[in-house]
Formats: sequence, C-alpha cells, structure tokens
Amino acid sequence: MSKPVIATASLAGCFGCHMSILDIDERILDLIELVEFNKSPVDDIKSFHKICDIGIIEGGCCNSENIHVLKDFRKNCKLLVSLGECAIMGGLPALRNGIPIQECLNEAYLDGLTVEKGNKIIPNDNELPMILDKVYPCHEVVKIDYFLPGCPPNADLIWDALVSIIKGTPMKLAYETIKYD
Amino acid sequence: MSKKITIEPITRVEGHGKVTIKLDKNNKVTQSRLHIVEFRGFERFVQGRPYWELPVLVQRLCGICPVSHHLAAAKATDILVGIGADELTATAEKMRRLMHYGQIFQSHVLHFFHLVSPDLLFGIDADPAIRNIIGVALKHKDLAVRGVLMRKFGQEIIKVTAGKKIHGTGAIPGGINKNLTIAERDYFLDGKAIPSVDTMIEWALDTVEFIKSYQKENRQFIDGYAAFPSNHLSLVAKDGALDLYHGVLRAVDAEGNRILDDIDYSEYYKYIAEEVRSWSYMKFPFIKSLGKEKGWYRVGPLARLNTCDYIPTPLAQKEFEEYKSYTHGKPNNMSMHTHWARLIETLHSAERIKQLLNDPDLQQTDLVKKGQKASVGVGLLEAPRGTLFHHYQINENDQVTMCNLIVSTTNNNEPMNQAVNWVAMNTISGKPEPQITEGLLNGVEVAIRAYDPCLSCATHAIGKMPLEVAFVDEYEKVISSKCKNID
Repeated sequence: MSKPVIATASLAGCFGCHMSILDIDERILDLIELVEFNKSPVDDIKSFHKICDIGIIEGGCCNSENIHVLKDFRKNCKLLVSLGECAIMGGLPALRNGIPIQECLNEAYLDGLTVEKGNKIIPNDNELPMILDKVYPCHEVVKIDYFLPGCPPNADLIWDALVSIIKGTPMKLAYETIKYD
Repeated sequence: MSKKITIEPITRVEGHGKVTIKLDKNNKVTQSRLHIVEFRGFERFVQGRPYWELPVLVQRLCGICPVSHHLAAAKATDILVGIGADELTATAEKMRRLMHYGQIFQSHVLHFFHLVSPDLLFGIDADPAIRNIIGVALKHKDLAVRGVLMRKFGQEIIKVTAGKKIHGTGAIPGGINKNLTIAERDYFLDGKAIPSVDTMIEWALDTVEFIKSYQKENRQFIDGYAAFPSNHLSLVAKDGALDLYHGVLRAVDAEGNRILDDIDYSEYYKYIAEEVRSWSYMKFPFIKSLGKEKGWYRVGPLARLNTCDYIPTPLAQKEFEEYKSYTHGKPNNMSMHTHWARLIETLHSAERIKQLLNDPDLQQTDLVKKGQKASVGVGLLEAPRGTLFHHYQINENDQVTMCNLIVSTTNNNEPMNQAVNWVAMNTISGKPEPQITEGLLNGVEVAIRAYDPCLSCATHAIGKMPLEVAFVDEYEKVISSKCKNID
C-alpha cells in the first residue's frame, strides 16, 4: 500500500498550529517515513498534485482567498481536520466579529498614533483580496471531518491524531484537551 | 488606457504576499512591488478588553514568535501597573530574559535549518522537489536532526518559563507567575534527557563556522546579492551592548553616523511615523527627521550588529569582532550577511541561556511587584526579526482604549521591497523574452527570505507567505505569472 498523503494550510491563523506540528520534534523524521507530503508550507509544492488522504487546516476564514483555499482543500482531500481554535471557532481573529470592518481599517490606517499625519489612504488596491464581514470557522464553509482543540493543540495530541487516522484506530480526547486557552 | 490586472492564480493560492514586476516595451523593469494582502484589525478589536489580557491576547498575532509579543505586551503592562522597566524583581526579569533568549534561539534555528539551509545546501536553482526541509532530512540527516534538536531545546526553555511552548502565560503585569525549579534547570544542564546547553553552544559555533566557510566559497553571492545601503535601527543596552530584551533606541546611517542617539523608547512616536500605500496592508515606517524618502531603515540581526558596540558574551563577541572586521568596522549593508549575523546571535543566545540557567536568582520567590497605576504603557524589545513596538492606553475601568503596534517585519517593509527591486533590476531587467523560471522565482524568495519575514506579525495576520510573481507590460496586461508558497 502506498503511503498516506498529507496536505496542510494556514488560513486566518497565526501559524502557531503549524509550529505545534513541528513540536513533534524527532518524530518529524518518523513522519517523513510514514506519510508523503503534498501541498503545504513545509515544502515547495504550490498546488495539489493528487487527491490527498488528509488535509489539515489551521485558521478560520477572514477573506475571499481563505474561502477559495478551503474549498480547494475540501475538493482535494478525503478527510479534513480543523486544527486549533481559529479553524474550529474563528479563534482570536473572530474578536472583530462584533465590530464593523470599516472601524478596524480606520483605526489601523487613518487614526493610528504613528500613521503619517494627513494620511487619507486605506489600502484598496484591486489586488488585495476581499475582506469578509466576519471571521468564519471552517465547518461553516465546508464539511469538516475531525476537530483537534487547543490554542494551539499540543504536539502529542497532533501526533496521536495523525497516527490514529493513518492506522484507522479510534482516538479519545482527554477531558483536559477540551479547553479555551 | 491601462487595463486592470487580474491575476488568475491568486484565487487559487493562499495568497498573502505577492510580487509584481512591471516592464516597459524593452523589457526594462519600471516597477516592482511586494504586496502584503492580509488584514486583521488587532488595533481596534483589543479596545475594550481589560489590560491584563494583553500579554496572552496580543501574542496570538503570531505563533512563530509569540514570546516576543507576550513580553512586549507584558513590558507595556508593567508600566500600566506602575512598575518601571528597571524595577522588576531579579527573578522576574531573569525568567523573562530566559524565555526571550530561548525564543530567539529557537526562531533563529528554525529560520536557518528549516527555511534557509535548503537554498544553501542544494542551491537556488535546485529542483524544488528536494529544495525543502524534507529534502534536507533525507540527504543530510545529521544536520536535520541537529536543527530539530536545537529548535526543541529553545522550545523547552519557553515551556518551563512560559508554561507552554506556544502561547504561554508566564509573564504577567509587573512580573512573572513562576520561577525555575532545580529539576527544570538540571534538565537543560545535565544532558541526560536532551542535549545540554553546552552542546547547544558547541552546535551553534559549528553553524557559525558553516556560514563563514560558505561565505568564503560563495563570496560574490553572499556579499553582492540584494545588497544596498540603508539606515539601521535597534535597541541597545545603555552601555551600547547587544541586548535583545531591553534598552534604548539607536539608529545609524549606512556609514555609521548616529541618527537616533540612544533615546528613551517610550517616546518612539516622536521619532517614527508610518506611511500607508494603497497596494499593501503593511505600512512603511520611517524616521521622521529624515522624511519618508530617506528615513526608512532595516531592523533585525543585520541592523543589531550594526548599531551595537559589542556582544556581552565571550564566544559571540569573538565572532562579532571577526564579522565586523570584514567591513572594517563600518555598518554591514549586505542583505545575505543577515544569515551570518543571525547565527552569531544564535550563539549569543545559547551563551546567555547558560548564564541565566546557572543564576540562583531564578530560584527566588519574589515574582511580582505592583505600583501606582498609569494610563499609558509602551513596551519595546528586540524580537528575532527586529524591533517590536507595543503601545497601549487604558481608561479608569482598566479597559484598553488605544493600541498601536509596529511589528518587526513591518519595519523591514521598504528594505524587502528594495531587495525585490534589486533582484528585478539585476536578474530580469532588459532581458529578451522574459520567462519566469523557477530559479528566478526562488531568487526573489531568497532576497526576501534573508529578512526572515513573518507576515503573520506584519499584517497582524498569518505567518505563511505564499508568493506570486506576475509580469505585466506597460499597459498592465499580464504577460505571464506563476505562484508558489514560500515561508
């Protein structure tokens, strides 16, 4: 049997979940033996070469591009895992959900303390993607198969989950892993 | 009439960073830009939150260097609870420093081994299928193992000081919430469970040796690639020593003349302003007295070794002297030398970690102090990628009413654009039938990568940086475009 293929993406997250994947430390070398990597920031593969077995998503959706990437992952991965709070429930970026986006832009580009005096520009180039009205968790956009909680989920949990999925064995989340940290 | 570019691949990539290069009819480059295309709005949505949440909240800007944001916010909240930067208890300050140097160590190691070493080991033009950390692990296993264990060491230091490897909770307004137990200390000293701090120093030295011999063998590339004069800014200790946790703000020009002369950082906003450009969410900081044309500056390892007078640990100081002698004591303006500077800092961090681990103050129990509440707090430190500015105001109910952040990579916005422009002018401009080869794309990345950009911080957004290069003609018609992910 060929090795299972894994793809990963970071949407509106902070990359901490990907860092936590790296925190499996020496087991990275085992992982390279165990699976094949496809589209992921850890390698130079820019688009899907083939249908992947497991897609791991960090971060929720805060702009139109995040939505595209997420849908692309759903189309190309047999299983999708929401990794961490942002993917599962929007996480910290979703703190802006109660505030009109214009207020956030004004604060950053017009009213900021060190913004050049008299500036009237808010970045608006057509090449910048569309900002969504709110930050959305991944499962509101596509079907998600598994959820791994934590901010970020710790490395052992990620490792156990990967091994469980690869081997097809059930996994139980310990009570203390389900938390808002 | 010009036509608006619609670059088809951007809708199908995780596009957060993008390079556009414009050519005239003779294929001369007329414009190059690094666009940052992500926006989050931290400055606004932290308003209304209680100030003590800041150190744990704002670090979610970035999972790559969360400790930097955690500590910069903690330093600002120290001021809010009436504790000056020099008034922390010895245990609190040293625990925070240990956390911070652990962070610098792991971040620098991650950048060198995981992100940069594939370019150096396999070459800029190498097959992208092997030009990555997995390729390194398969072909140079010993080196990869070393990278993994060094990063792990730094992460373990963060865990015992902050409570967690990523997004910890160790620093609190006015101090720290734990000290270091003897057992925790010995874990790093005895070399039983993990390689000891002495091994880390030895390996860091080896890595400095590697980059030095690489520079000797590839002098033209390392010295010349994307090199340009600039100003340099960082914190330094009051006596001019390299200090990554605390100090005064110093800036020098390309010749070494002082522009900012050791100023109190709580007044940074009198000296620094940010320009907004319509095509990027990342702002462009500059030193006000020089204006935005001439006032931009570099931050990070290259800048720090240009501003500081010496490094206060012996092995790193020896390397620093050799490094400085290469430019005859003048500021080093060679972008690729940032790797050399970064590895000297890696060595320095390992030496500082060893000093701190052996300091009995870490077992003392006086952790937190409290003073007279203030309404404004500014906290600066040197993050792995450069100077990080946090500034908050609170009201009588302890809620945040103002937040201003200038993060490390934002400071390097103009320098990264200069680096991209250098590559465009020197490898593309004027060539017939421009083709975007994989080698060219990676050449653009290599120039940007020297700055170890963390766009997660910079746009208060996400860390990964997929790059798209598009060629457009003078009528803004896309000639060809290609995209790929870089880190």
